[in-house]
Amino acid sequence: MSSTVEREPAHVVIKRPRRMPIPLLGWVGIVVVAFWLIMAVFGPMLTPHPAGEVIDPDGFGPMVPGMWLGSDVLGRDVLSRIMAGAQTTVGPAIAATLLAVFIGGTLALAAAAVGGWIDTALSRTMDAVISVPSLLFGLVAVAALGVSVPVLICTAGVIYVPGAFRIWRSLAVNVNAMDYVSVARERGEGMPYIMRREILPNLLGPVLADCGLRFVFAVLLLSSLSFLGLGIQPPDADWGSMVRENLPGLIYGAPAAIFPAAALATLTIGVNLLVDNLPGRER
Amino acid sequence: MRPLVEVSGLHIAAVDGRGAQTPIVKDVSFDIAPGEVLALIGQSGSGKTTIALSLMGYARDGTRITGGSVKLDGTELRGLPARALQQLHGRDVAYVPQSAAASFNPSRRLMPQVIESAVVHGLMTRREAEAKAIALFAELALPDPANVGNRYPHQVSGGQLQRLIAAMALLTSPRLVIFDEPTTALDVTTQIGVLRAFKRVVREHGVTALYVSHDLAVVAQIADRILVLNQGEMQEIGEAERLISAPSHAYTRSLMAAARPPERNERPAAEERKPLLQVSALTAGYGRIGTNGMPLIPVLHDISFTVPAGHTLGIVGESGSGKSTLARVIAGLLPQAKGTVTLDGATLPPSLARRTRDQLRQIQFVHQMADTALNPSHTVAEILGRPLTFFGGLRGRARDRAVAELLDMVRLPAAVMHQRPASLSGGQKQRANLARALAARPRLLLCDEVTSALDSVVGAAVLKLLAELQSELGLSYVFISHDISTVRAICDQVMVLYAGQMMERGVRRVLSSTPRHPYSDLLVNSVPELRTGWLDEIEPAFGLESEVTTTFPNARACAFFPRCSVHIPGRCERDTPPIQHLSKGADIRCHRSENELRALAGTAVAAEV
Repeated sequence: MSSTVEREPAHVVIKRPRRMPIPLLGWVGIVVVAFWLIMAVFGPMLTPHPAGEVIDPDGFGPMVPGMWLGSDVLGRDVLSRIMAGAQTTVGPAIAATLLAVFIGGTLALAAAAVGGWIDTALSRTMDAVISVPSLLFGLVAVAALGVSVPVLICTAGVIYVPGAFRIWRSLAVNVNAMDYVSVARERGEGMPYIMRREILPNLLGPVLADCGLRFVFAVLLLSSLSFLGLGIQPPDADWGSMVRENLPGLIYGAPAAIFPAAALATLTIGVNLLVDNLPGRER
Repeated sequence: MRPLVEVSGLHIAAVDGRGAQTPIVKDVSFDIAPGEVLALIGQSGSGKTTIALSLMGYARDGTRITGGSVKLDGTELRGLPARALQQLHGRDVAYVPQSAAASFNPSRRLMPQVIESAVVHGLMTRREAEAKAIALFAELALPDPANVGNRYPHQVSGGQLQRLIAAMALLTSPRLVIFDEPTTALDVTTQIGVLRAFKRVVREHGVTALYVSHDLAVVAQIADRILVLNQGEMQEIGEAERLISAPSHAYTRSLMAAARPPERNERPAAEERKPLLQVSALTAGYGRIGTNGMPLIPVLHDISFTVPAGHTLGIVGESGSGKSTLARVIAGLLPQAKGTVTLDGATLPPSLARRTRDQLRQIQFVHQMADTALNPSHTVAEILGRPLTFFGGLRGRARDRAVAELLDMVRLPAAVMHQRPASLSGGQKQRANLARALAARPRLLLCDEVTSALDSVVGAAVLKLLAELQSELGLSYVFISHDISTVRAICDQVMVLYAGQMMERGVRRVLSSTPRHPYSDLLVNSVPELRTGWLDEIEPAFGLESEVTTTFPNARACAFFPRCSVHIPGRCERDTPPIQHLSKGADIRCHRSENELRALAGTAVAAEV
């Protein structure tokens, strides 16, 4: 046997994966989402007026300097309320999304990695949960448990668990069939390791995109509940309840009726643009 | 006579989103005379398919023809409008791809797909096209030519699909046919029939063809002239006969050397060493195990062998012969139904979950596709480090040192440590895959077709590495391959599997000495030889019926009986063949006696190794 050191042929260069540029629309999404996230954290401190203070005696006032977005039904500053409301809108939605993704994702990884009857049982349970209309589920939960932020978060979280589960499971089943997972099994690795280290990292791209969409659903669900009067309660306000209380303003052409809805629209569209243009989803 | 195809000064480059160009094909010129078959040969990445596609006026997404000209019968194809190219494709130029299975629509019957281009181009009516297709099916030696077109793609075998797609290409009597690795994905025994069928139609119809392949021996059988490519540059072009017998370029010589790796020296006989792995009377398969102790779909029947410490056992057979299943059983991924697997004297529990960590450590599986065996989101250091931590408890600095040692052992630069598999080449990935197995400090490696996905030169280097590691570390290998020349190069002992049964077993030399089991004979003689005219010399009937049959009229019948050229009617399909010992030192499962086989070997197969 010769002991010469045989290396790869010299022409084999080590390729570096080129970083994918983020398209323009992706940047738009990033800027919009970043703006609202900053608002959610600092908004309440930056408001030009206190969010609950009545400063316009008439209500449904026009856009004037000092009240850049007009005043609402009670004569409060709309701009200040939107800024303050970012926190109550975005915060519970993020919490609900994280809850849904954490529970759904963990169960999905377990279902894919273990397989067999555990997979079947989990999948059918999720099918049962997903068959309940989400708004109806929310109404019943709030009616039974009363309105509070933790109840809202848990309700929205539970509602979106099956959706997250399905996406994660279908991705994880494909990864589970790869040889490298088989290698880990041959080595005798335990389930938690296989789920966390072998499967999870290969799901991240698509799963992040899914998180974004699920966040948008949660925002809209919580706003819908608020619109129906079962969400965040006064004097706090999220954008959904602002839309509801300013609905009469539509008759007077008041800007207060439009801007909370516009804020919701920019947030949801921004998140969509962001997740659609995430770079290097497949890693 | 003017050449049909004239390519001069062809440059093709990959163009990325920012417009930067990377040349793929550099200054390639050749021409093809009418009725001539030119072969393009080179390793993957040499630009052969890119050049072939340019003869259709086509550049793949992300590539562009940046210079030179491509003329078909005097017409410049470069810059021809899409409409004119449409007229050309499938009528004047036809393309036979590597994977017919991926090219046929699985939900439509074959005949409408085969005649589609002829009908779309308005060259013939549906009825005429069907009649011509049936004639072509017969010429291509397809079984039941009149009715095969009524089947769906999944109802015919891979070799038959490849012939059907050739019929599709030839139906319009195109002026140029491009064969792109048409037999690469086939078993050797199937390849021979397909090659012969191609050669006959090419000759009888006077087809002008470009034949793209990485396999010199295959090309030698069918091409008039050969063009050798490397890294997009022409190395050598010449008559097939001359190029094979006297290659002038060093690169051509290295290709030829890699195609037939040298056999390693004979080593001390197996008896002198104590057995490491012992498999006895193993039966395994998939699905629920029935009342008779047999699985629903049995794959392996009564397999026994031993692997001595420091030795290599080669397992050869066509696809579907149960080679990989055997490795899965030994690794514990698939618990066997009957029989035992013993490692160093201790019986291994059938299922993975019941084996101890030390038992798992001692047997490591090296998967065929390094692409899917390495986790794309881990760095090489993480991939190699995990088994070091898992089995050896190494952490931190000690672990990094061990990773570096492993990389050095498989001759990879230490710099790859922080890279992910995606940035490694195919050969580097397979080395990393091997290093991961070595990290466990195993005693036995199960190598499942580890060089099959690699180019011959890279594969030969990996084989050499395996041999070096064996002598350095005293490893034992179970080496699974469909490629006889690979097995010959590395193995001490061989076992030939067919339909999950052992057909022949012995030291490596049993494959090169007669008499052999009729199936070993078929396998050995199906490997194309590196000389022109080999295909014409072999027996016309040889290898014709080459589809694996898994249904037997009788469970006791010899599995190979339907394809055996020397079977004994009335006996082979009724009685279980006995295992007999031949004087050359091999055990075979056959009814024929040694003397009968010796007498028949001369008549059944003309070409002898």
